[in-house]
Amino acid sequence: MTSLALQLVAAEDVIVEFEGRRRLSAQGRGTSTGLRAVNRVTLRIAKSEIVGLVGESGAGKTTLAKAILRLLEPKSGRITFDGRDITHIRGRSLREMRREMQMVFQEPHGSLSPRLTVKETVEEPYRIHDIPREGRRDAGELLASVDLPADLLHRFPHEISGGQARRVGIARALALAPRLVVADEPTSGLDVSAAASVLNLISALRDEVGLAYLIVTHDLAVAGYLADRIAVMYLGEIVEVGPARLVFEQPLHPYTQLLLSARPEMGDTSSVVDDVATLSGEMPSPRDPPPGCRFHTRCQFAVDLCREVTPPIEITTSGREVACHRWREISDPGPKVPK
Amino acid sequence: MSDAILVLDRLNVSYQLDSSRKVQVVHDLSLEVGRGEVVGIVGESGSGKSTLGLSIPRLLPSNGRIESGQVLFRGQDMTRMDRDALQQVRGRGLAMIFQDPSASLNPTFSIATQMIDVQKAHLRRAGPKYGTKELRSRAVAALASVGIPDAADRINDYPYQFSGGMLQRVMIAMAMLLEPDLLIADEPTSALDVTLQAQILHLLRRLNRERSTSILLITHDLGVVSRICTKVVVMYAGRVVETAPIDEVFAHPKHPYTRALLRALPTTGRRGKMLMAIPGGPPRLTNLPDGCKFVERCSYAVDQCHQDEPPLESLGRGTVRCWLADRIQAESLYSDGVVS
Repeated sequence: MTSLALQLVAAEDVIVEFEGRRRLSAQGRGTSTGLRAVNRVTLRIAKSEIVGLVGESGAGKTTLAKAILRLLEPKSGRITFDGRDITHIRGRSLREMRREMQMVFQEPHGSLSPRLTVKETVEEPYRIHDIPREGRRDAGELLASVDLPADLLHRFPHEISGGQARRVGIARALALAPRLVVADEPTSGLDVSAAASVLNLISALRDEVGLAYLIVTHDLAVAGYLADRIAVMYLGEIVEVGPARLVFEQPLHPYTQLLLSARPEMGDTSSVVDDVATLSGEMPSPRDPPPGCRFHTRCQFAVDLCREVTPPIEITTSGREVACHRWREISDPGPKVPK
Repeated sequence: MSDAILVLDRLNVSYQLDSSRKVQVVHDLSLEVGRGEVVGIVGESGSGKSTLGLSIPRLLPSNGRIESGQVLFRGQDMTRMDRDALQQVRGRGLAMIFQDPSASLNPTFSIATQMIDVQKAHLRRAGPKYGTKELRSRAVAALASVGIPDAADRINDYPYQFSGGMLQRVMIAMAMLLEPDLLIADEPTSALDVTLQAQILHLLRRLNRERSTSILLITHDLGVVSRICTKVVVMYAGRVVETAPIDEVFAHPKHPYTRALLRALPTTGRRGKMLMAIPGGPPRLTNLPDGCKFVERCSYAVDQCHQDEPPLESLGRGTVRCWLADRIQAESLYSDGVVS
């Protein structure tokens, strides 16, 4: 738990819904087939903290991240940044708030305009926010801060590699000296070595300028390496939050356990493929989430209670959060209930 | 090895870039896949691993060419086969699945139509004579065996009605219908979440165990390799730089490139420590250095490495292409395990 003074961002009880296509029903009225992508989620990020948001695709990770950045407006709940309620701000005040929080998008090349040079790209935030000359950082200096040589300044995106494009995306996010950066799958599509240097850069920037990060990723290795805390998301809800080391060493929620057992562990060449992860099916559609605990359809520990009653988020004595009726029995180091 | 199902012998593959320029993507590559073996080919993008995969069933794009060398499948050289003979081998002898299953299926036909067509095309000549009804029930059984629920109904669906993980199962089921001796899988799990990835790898391993299908798995993900492969081949700039049994490559990597790859991986054990990125990027194939192709990024390089390209030589239980392999191996006995 983070104390209020250290807290930078908080999403409390946030719901985000998307409207579906309107279909004509028999009565001739429009019925919505909308879906709730984020369901009553609470997540806090402290100053200079790195929080890893993990889960399978379709879990709502990116949607939650966009709601925190106010690229989407939540249907209900509250989002605060540095103590200020930004849930429904608009116009000029929203634009000003954006200077404090920036996003690095998933696609290294797709998130850069093919018609802008690297220099124009990293300077674009200054134009958008009408920053006077004296308030701007030199483009070459921005590139240097992400370990890119100044001779890339006049290149176009197609002339640089994927790893370089990702760094340009980070440099652009840094231009306005934000306090929070959301990085969506920061290493996807990069080779091992390029990924390693982007990860090094992210942790160096936290250490040097005290940036806070929300790292959205399905790659548990990335989250486990970078994050101070991990939040695990499943079908629109957060099922577990805790310090990264504890979550990895002793996952409390069965879904976290499933994710970790599915993870290809380097150098572990024992027959780990034949474990529970292989038997666990797929995530149901968020359009029609199961009643009770949303994970019960894939959970080897599910009992009747889980099928009927939504588990509340419980806070453990060590300050970890978990939403599971049976977490005490399951995470007990004693013999597990067989599958 | 006499029971090898696939032997590549000094294979050279190049692409014609324009009327005057050519780039060699696979260089003097030799490799064996034994019956029932699961061999992983790893390397960064641009290392030539996908081109290698495509050149085995001769599916290279029109500007790609096998310049020399042999592709011996069950002892027959595929590079010399005519169209008919090739068609016999493809499908029944050797099947291939790719990263994006939706690109391998026709969006305008149902799964049933496509699974029946595949059998008609390949079983017509040699296989037992099945009627369409039987072909259909074989297809349903194959879908059920890869874990598609309600297979008898779902077979009538179109590709867009399946999720990515389910479609990859359809591809595997399709490959299994023809009971190939060798399955080439190019990044079969790269687009999937970890849980689905584990499920697909489990399927591949079952295929391998139950029918002793050999598998050549092409991937950039060392974690995937460690889960199902028996042997690993590391490629760099179109060359094999190291081969080793799976346990050996993670415990005692010998080539500096393999070592560097393993050291660059983020793990929980490396929290708070800088990851060791490999300096520079993969070399341009149009402008390779003399000598060892990894020399510009290698922290061990000496003068000889800049001048002469090292041969692939046996060392311990594998092979390695490095002048300094003996020395590095001796040193690694004293250093910490590369994988933490």
